[in-house]
Amino acid sequence: MMRPRALLFGWWMLLVLLPSAWSGEPVLRGAGDLGVIIERGAGRILIVNTSGNSIIGRVDGLGDLSHASVVFSRDARYAYVFGRDGGLSKVDILRGALEKRIVQGGNSIGGAISQDGRLVAVANYEPGGLKVFAADTLEPVADIPATYGDGKLSKVVGIADLPGGRFIYSLFDADQIWIADLHDPKSPKVEKFNNIGRAPYDGLVTPDGRYYLAGLFGEDGIALLDTWQPQQGVKRILAHYGRGEEKLPVYKMPHLRGWAVAGHRVYLPAIGRHEVLVADVLDWKETARIAVRGQPVFVVARPDGRQVWVNFAFPDNGFVQVIDTLTGQIVQTLEPGKAVLHLEFTPRGENVWVSARDDNKVVIYDTARFAKLAELPAESPSGIFFTARAQRIGF
Amino acid sequence: MQRRLAIHPHRRFAKSSPPNAKPGREGAFFLTGVKTGLAVLALGGFGVRPPALAQEPPAPSLERGRELIRMVRQDCGSCHGLTLRGGLGPPLLPETLRDKPPVGLKYTILFGRPGTAMPPWQPFLSEAEADWIVTQLLRGFPEEPK
Repeated sequence: MMRPRALLFGWWMLLVLLPSAWSGEPVLRGAGDLGVIIERGAGRILIVNTSGNSIIGRVDGLGDLSHASVVFSRDARYAYVFGRDGGLSKVDILRGALEKRIVQGGNSIGGAISQDGRLVAVANYEPGGLKVFAADTLEPVADIPATYGDGKLSKVVGIADLPGGRFIYSLFDADQIWIADLHDPKSPKVEKFNNIGRAPYDGLVTPDGRYYLAGLFGEDGIALLDTWQPQQGVKRILAHYGRGEEKLPVYKMPHLRGWAVAGHRVYLPAIGRHEVLVADVLDWKETARIAVRGQPVFVVARPDGRQVWVNFAFPDNGFVQVIDTLTGQIVQTLEPGKAVLHLEFTPRGENVWVSARDDNKVVIYDTARFAKLAELPAESPSGIFFTARAQRIGF
Repeated sequence: MQRRLAIHPHRRFAKSSPPNAKPGREGAFFLTGVKTGLAVLALGGFGVRPPALAQEPPAPSLERGRELIRMVRQDCGSCHGLTLRGGLGPPLLPETLRDKPPVGLKYTILFGRPGTAMPPWQPFLSEAEADWIVTQLLRGFPEEPK
């Protein structure tokens, strides 16, 4: 039974809010505290507001979002959603409307936006390679197949933007790192680095845009390229971190992004070990390894670098642990819900949003006190992406 | 563990072992695994395809069935895609699996594929459940109920 007053309030809200939504008249506002959440099974995104901890819109019809990622235009108004089915959708998050959608490949994994915001690049599994589109129209600009060996195509992973209108990415099947220079989009130049280590599964660019790190699935270690001095070639860091011991099974591939860097250290998931590896970014030597609950998937520094939050692969995907970067100790173990897939900090890190797929909710925590602030309903939520990404190098 | 390694001499990458493996159960599985593994190798060597599973594997309970469907769609789906059309892992559609011996598919699920990213699911599945999953995959895997 709804109380009369509540009912009255409901009608009032309807009267006030609906006309503006119907007429498509946008409310005048900025986009800096907005973001999107992927509803994995529904092919839909939620548009959220991190100031109000609220859902402010929904956009449907984005195809197969079972593995989706998002980059933002530099004005933070448009979200480019990369779907598993090769779909690339441009969503106006201020109007809550799908602006344009193309299916540009058969199976894709992610993408990046160029330094000047004019180009959106998609990393494809099928057909393996990079496709580049104009950010405003989604018209095709360049197609760079990831050809290797005797004409085979490799799956492309770990794409990031680099200063100078370049994109850097790894070839999972070819053990290579490529830099595509699209400064002149009509004639892209590609620089290739071979034998970087077996089966790179993802990559990241440090927040200064200088170093590219590719995590290796096929061997212990991380491939490192100094993009300021590419002539020095790819080096191996954290080699043999497994010490020849048997690997534990990996039930979900870890993900890498630039926020693995906290202060002068980088925090990376080990493969087949329940550890976070820590290296110093000055000499790239291992400084510590931190035992954690399970196989790490996302290892994410709070924007100030004071904490690093970690989630885990199945079957430990109900947990999130927090590392204090000063002591290197785990200071908190949280259980936000079943099947935690992703977490994202608000721009300055006072809160973190955590998606719990199997509990159909997103949980918001205060990162200083680890108090739960809110829960938002979402259908099988996966990735959470806030517009602060628009201003970062490497996305 | 050692004996299982012997089935797969061509590991490209990692050696993997299931966490919290239950010794009794694993041992029992393992013996079947060796026999069947050898059978698959032998038949494969002569280009003969072993027969499809002769009888329908027992269906799991309604609740467990739901769990298994969710596990395949969501957790297998993190590499093979929610639609099972493939991702970092290959597609798991009837047309892509049809030519592969079901028993090999079962043991791939249970023990993983050494040298690839496919991990062993045996700590979370019984042999009968793996059989059931293979049968469903070959038919076109059920959607999760909404």
